[in-house]
Amino acid sequence: MDLLKLTAVELAKKIKAKEVTVMEATQAVLDQIDKVESQINSYVTVDREGALAKAKEVQKLIDDGTLTGPLAGVPVAIKDNMCTEGILTTCSSKILENFYPTYSAEAVCNLEKAGAVIIGKTNMDEFAMGSTTETSAYGITRNPWNTEHVPGGSSGGSCTAVAANECFFALGSDTGGSIRQPSSFCGVTGIKPTYGTISRYGLIAYGSSLDQIGPVAKDVTDCATILEVVSSYDKKDSTSVQREEYNFTEALVDDVKGMKIGIPKDYFGEGLDCEVKEAVLNAAKELEKKGAIIEEFELGLVDYAIPAYYVIAAAEASSNLARFDGVKYGYRSEDFDGLHSMYKTTRSQGFGAEVKRRIMLGSFVLSSGYYDAYYLKALKTKALIKQEFDKAFAKYDVILGPAAPTTAPKIGESLSDPIKMYLGDIYTISVNLAGLPGISVPCGVDSKGLPIGLQLIGDCFKEKNIIRAAYAYEKTREYVGPYDK
Amino acid sequence: MSKQYETVIGLEVHVELATKTKIFCSCSTEFGGAPNTHTCPVCTGMPGSLPVLNKQVVEYAIAVGLATNCTITQNCKFDRKNYFYPDNPQNYQISQLYLPICRNGSVEIETEAGKKSIGIHEIHMEEDAGKLIHDDWDDCSLVDFNRSGVPLIEIVSEPDMRSAEEVIAYLDKLRLIIQYLGASDCKLNEGSMRADVNLSVREVGATEFGTRTEMKNLNSFKAIARAIEAERERQIDLIESGEQVIQETRRWDDTKEYSYAMRSKEDAQDYRYFPDPDLVPVVISDAWLEDIRSRQPELRDEKMERYAKEYGIPEYDISIITNSKHLADIFEETVAICNNPKKVSNWLMVETMRLLKEHDMDPEDIRFSPANLAKLIHLTETKAINSSVAKEVFEQIFAENIDPEQYVEEKGLKTVNDEGALRSTIEKIVEANPQSVEDYRNGKKKAIGFLVGQTMKEMKGKADPGMINQILTEILEQ
Repeated sequence: MDLLKLTAVELAKKIKAKEVTVMEATQAVLDQIDKVESQINSYVTVDREGALAKAKEVQKLIDDGTLTGPLAGVPVAIKDNMCTEGILTTCSSKILENFYPTYSAEAVCNLEKAGAVIIGKTNMDEFAMGSTTETSAYGITRNPWNTEHVPGGSSGGSCTAVAANECFFALGSDTGGSIRQPSSFCGVTGIKPTYGTISRYGLIAYGSSLDQIGPVAKDVTDCATILEVVSSYDKKDSTSVQREEYNFTEALVDDVKGMKIGIPKDYFGEGLDCEVKEAVLNAAKELEKKGAIIEEFELGLVDYAIPAYYVIAAAEASSNLARFDGVKYGYRSEDFDGLHSMYKTTRSQGFGAEVKRRIMLGSFVLSSGYYDAYYLKALKTKALIKQEFDKAFAKYDVILGPAAPTTAPKIGESLSDPIKMYLGDIYTISVNLAGLPGISVPCGVDSKGLPIGLQLIGDCFKEKNIIRAAYAYEKTREYVGPYDK
Repeated sequence: MSKQYETVIGLEVHVELATKTKIFCSCSTEFGGAPNTHTCPVCTGMPGSLPVLNKQVVEYAIAVGLATNCTITQNCKFDRKNYFYPDNPQNYQISQLYLPICRNGSVEIETEAGKKSIGIHEIHMEEDAGKLIHDDWDDCSLVDFNRSGVPLIEIVSEPDMRSAEEVIAYLDKLRLIIQYLGASDCKLNEGSMRADVNLSVREVGATEFGTRTEMKNLNSFKAIARAIEAERERQIDLIESGEQVIQETRRWDDTKEYSYAMRSKEDAQDYRYFPDPDLVPVVISDAWLEDIRSRQPELRDEKMERYAKEYGIPEYDISIITNSKHLADIFEETVAICNNPKKVSNWLMVETMRLLKEHDMDPEDIRFSPANLAKLIHLTETKAINSSVAKEVFEQIFAENIDPEQYVEEKGLKTVNDEGALRSTIEKIVEANPQSVEDYRNGKKKAIGFLVGQTMKEMKGKADPGMINQILTEILEQ
């Protein structure tokens, strides 16, 4: 039995059945990290000692019947923008190079309560700003399918860690596609749930009104299971929503008969790679064969999503990142003369180029005289985009399209042209603006052997629809990892 | 000065609310405490922490808004005010710009010139900052975040005031309203109430406002009055000498009675306000609003009217007693026990005021219990003690809140009501002082005072002077 090929849910079952120990699973992951990490760089921090100690402790709690959940004993990787008490949390930025949080994010606490074993913290684009995991201060992360290519971003490390078997599942965060796009590039499955489903408490904010934590795993069953464990109403997060139900795994049914699936024509126009288009439309055909009703429709306002997103996310980021100033925690420049000089040198040296670009953009759109023309207009656009989706969901249960216009680009290609990189978020961004749930599931590889992702979008609080559709589609194919070739 | 000038003043008043916990976290708002002991990830701006609004803050803000005739914004929001300063852990302050909780209110003030309405532009909720402490020993600055996140309301008036007298009357009115609501103790000297003065001058009759300055660091009513006078003079001098008033923020130094410019409008910061995405809009339902309205306590004006009707004490007494919510509470509670408003009022107006002045205290600092004052009044009414003993006992009540019955008992201060004993003492005194007796009988009626004094001395002060007088007169007239 190749332990590493197991999904998280399969592993937990074997641990429960005493076929595998938590220690064995943890050790297997750590060994795999030793083997591949030098080529991939999924992690900023690997907490070996912590993980091994936790494995021992969790095993006891499983043995004495305290822990019985579906993720008990399963090694997990956490994106480095979620606070983990006592474990370095950097957001892949130099400015937090020495930051050890005094508390853990609510999502992390929920996982720990469920008995998951934290292996370490995964690499990301600095402060989740980027689509390639190349803007990290701790080195780029490489795509395990082809190390010449990027893994996508910003949750690149979480997705490569899952694809390269360096953990059994991971948590990512998604502000404009940061879970779905790298999942697509790495051939894994990732969900961005409805805004408010998973507590943001302890998630270091990028764009507060858009940020959501979500699971990354090998299949839909894992993702639904993780989502069920991690989601909770949290009164520490004012934007957290008390949902009627959290039993997402109930939707793991291979049945899409009569399900109405809309395909936005606007998602299949210029800029979409032919091979991606073919793979996604083939996936739609598979669902049709299983009884889903597929229909094309016009979504509208698609072109406005990217400008609206970059105004809102950058505005919020410019304020959210103000607290990193060298006063209370994190990096402080040694080279300063007085308070303002300390602020300037600390932030100049502590932040990377993409972060600075967005802070400047955000400060600009919020400045007096420009607020109405940019920020307020972007908020109005956001509301109109939500209305477009409302119209679509009056007709369809699920919207189907690509997760990204292309497969993973080569390393170094994207950062030279940020506008082009921003345009790569076209299919994922509107989902965040509208607060909707979206999932990316693998649907084949292109001629270069790079994975392609299918995106399914649901109405607010209708995760079950996309989980059901994704599960039914997944049943038509086998999971293939980068090392299974 | 040939021209006549008018001073135009508007006030921004910050009031620290009396909630037990901070505005966006559950840390204590208690004053004092070792640095950074009343803190958590939220009020120290730790990465990933999120604010959660304290409902009590909204209730207090609404209560103040209702009491100042404001319109309540039933769908209000919080905005971020972005600026860098180390006492502000997030480098933005959560405040309200676009949709403040209260708008368009007014309060009526009374000065020697009569009554006048002062408009309230808005009241908004916000968080207080921490405190920077400079350590001269190590030549470094340290931050204490205990005050960070303490809830404030800012009450912004219209530029409706024309003199220091009006400003003081307005501040006093606000103080009383807020104290009566229990929303804050409003102590200027302790910083729980802070006022910034916006002032401009213009020629009498002008329709446009002049350029205004904002004065900060005003820690007492006296400082405010002095600062207004000085700033008025400064601006008139500038205008008279052909110069221009610059729109700027100035800091008042009350010891030097002088202000200096902190920053001008040119280097005013752009705060880049925008709605805080971490907080949801505050929706105030009609039912909630009505509930708060129905729980509004009696305010001063109503109380004054009721006192006049119910207790029949002089208007002057009423105004003094109701000038402090605490004093009014003591008055009412004492009256409720002893049912003697006139006597209670006398004790508060005379002895209490004298002792407060002597110890440089505010009525808010009174610590004695109404029960003890009521007991004291009972002792005097039943003539168990005489008035000079009563004063002595009251000082003890005022200082240490002693139980007067116990105290009088222990110290043996009760009036001797045994007429026989008193009569024999008086007879002895009369016998021992023939000169005084003769003087009295020769028409020098004043001589009786000496004999009363001698008797009282003999009785160690524990006699009823009325009774002494009566018996003495009886004997002398024989």
